[in-house]
Amino acid sequence: MEQALAQAGIHLEDAAGIVATGYGRMNSAYTDKQFSEISCHAKGIAHLLPNARTIIDIGGQDAKAIRLDDRGMVQQFAMNDKCAAGTGRFLEVMARVMETSLSELQEWDNKARTVAHVSSTCTVFAESEVISLLSAGTPKADIIAGVHKSVASKAGSLVLRIGLQEDVVMSGGVAQNRGVVKAMEAELKVPVQVAPNPQIVGALGAALFAYEAQMKKQK
Amino acid sequence: MAENVQKTAPSSREMLGYYLNKSYQDAIEGKARGELVCWASSIAPCEFCETMGIHMLYPENHAAAIAAKHGAEEMIEHAESMGYSVDNCSYARINLAYMDIQKCVAENMPLPDFVLVCNNICETLIKWYENIAYQLKVPIIMIDVPYNYEYEPSEWAIDYIAAQFEHAIEQMEEITGKKFDYNKYREVMQIAAESSYWWTKAMGMAAAKPSPLNGFDIFNYMALIVCMRGKTGCRDTFKKLAEELEEKIQKGEPAFKEGEKYRIMWDGIACWPYLSHNYKAMRALGMNMTGSTYPRGWKLDYDKDDIRSMARAYTSVGNNLSLEAQIDLKTEVVRTYNCQGVTYHLNRSCKCMDFLFHEMQTEVARRTDTPYITFDGDQSDPRNFSKAQFETRVQGLAEMMEQRKS
Repeated sequence: MEQALAQAGIHLEDAAGIVATGYGRMNSAYTDKQFSEISCHAKGIAHLLPNARTIIDIGGQDAKAIRLDDRGMVQQFAMNDKCAAGTGRFLEVMARVMETSLSELQEWDNKARTVAHVSSTCTVFAESEVISLLSAGTPKADIIAGVHKSVASKAGSLVLRIGLQEDVVMSGGVAQNRGVVKAMEAELKVPVQVAPNPQIVGALGAALFAYEAQMKKQK
Repeated sequence: MAENVQKTAPSSREMLGYYLNKSYQDAIEGKARGELVCWASSIAPCEFCETMGIHMLYPENHAAAIAAKHGAEEMIEHAESMGYSVDNCSYARINLAYMDIQKCVAENMPLPDFVLVCNNICETLIKWYENIAYQLKVPIIMIDVPYNYEYEPSEWAIDYIAAQFEHAIEQMEEITGKKFDYNKYREVMQIAAESSYWWTKAMGMAAAKPSPLNGFDIFNYMALIVCMRGKTGCRDTFKKLAEELEEKIQKGEPAFKEGEKYRIMWDGIACWPYLSHNYKAMRALGMNMTGSTYPRGWKLDYDKDDIRSMARAYTSVGNNLSLEAQIDLKTEVVRTYNCQGVTYHLNRSCKCMDFLFHEMQTEVARRTDTPYITFDGDQSDPRNFSKAQFETRVQGLAEMMEQRKS
């Protein structure tokens, strides 16, 4: 919190309202209110890209698909099950196995000639599959494209569950990886936009909730 | 106890505890005297055993009690070390482990002299009970209830089930060496019908706004309707509960004194290891579970002089209903209990419930214009649930319901 305030160049008492979101939202001593990431991503995206009707948010711990109405309200959402497959953590594990970094994954994806098959049901199974592919001499780039396809297929099934509606927008840290975005477009067969600064869309939504609450108070 | 009820007027909650304990104690003492004990599936007909004076115990309910008392994990690990797959129902794994070690954190159950299985709620039960019968070398009585692909049960299915009821009576006569007493049978059917009536009536009071019933109480009270439907103690407890709830409605005493902000329907079995967590997480959001399919689960109305009518009742329950009938049932629950949203428990143990969810939730949402969420969990395997993920989803549901209010 101190770091965030310092970076913003403000003091705690300058903040008229504080809203928390994410898995630690209930543990913050500073907050006035907590909102789920679902509502916060919806709020953030509706502000940034008002034509968005489907959000795919893939973060470190979970993946979600959110359907919005034309007012930016959440109509429905679906989240991954109790499993890391299809999340950012899955990509972290795969990057480690292939001795590369998260930020380099999209460059490798660009070099892929074909897309290797990697399981989307379980991180542990997928890890052993990747090791087998490496042992069999499959090019690293093709495996990475397969890993991206695996993430896209898992998140894509969440989208289909709630009903695909355009415009489709990606938020969350994983959206910074063009390889995943490309795989998602192939999976859903529609263009997928990436939100500006996708990693902070949830935080932006929380800030907008705090702002709206202040505006309401002042009326 | 019936006399004590008059003298000391215990609450329905005290009666619940007393009778549940009594059902296990009676079986333990009866077994020691050489009386027969039957293990039965949760919506198997209780009427036959009750008529024959056979003690009935319910492994599903027992497993749920073990899970609620946080004793499931060690039992499940024991079952898995015996070779049972993690993909098997967790109730089955707990029960098969219990059968092996015969000790647990809940009441102890004496081993059965025979088992009675009715697959009107799931198919896993068949192999589970065959396994019990095979290992303990005891007879198995099975009532095979075909799934209702059509909206109404077909006549041939009713004939088939009724014939199996008659055969089950013959099998019990053979096991006990006694003739089946049809006069006593009629009395038992009467009591079972009254129990079902008072259960349905009490649970139906959650429709009042605000509800006098904290929805999670349904999960506690249901143990009695599962285990003692054919006994007067069950009927008396639900009659008492209905009176208590009626009084609360009259006095304007809601279950949530702080206010019932949202009313939801819970679809699926409870997450027994996390019952308290689930309740607190929802209550913190002002969310009361006023709707569930449990009131209908044991609403077994039938004509006492017609075994085909009884067959019709036992095939027209929860999971055995066609998709269309289940959609109608859940739509009716959402409307009757004024629910603003629905929580679907995607239960790793209960595939036959899960497989219908997608079609069902989409259609119920369309018909009732209510949002819904799905969360991952398990009826009794604590390893298949994440508190944080549950909290995020229910908060998401509360936020969707709030948006719709505005």
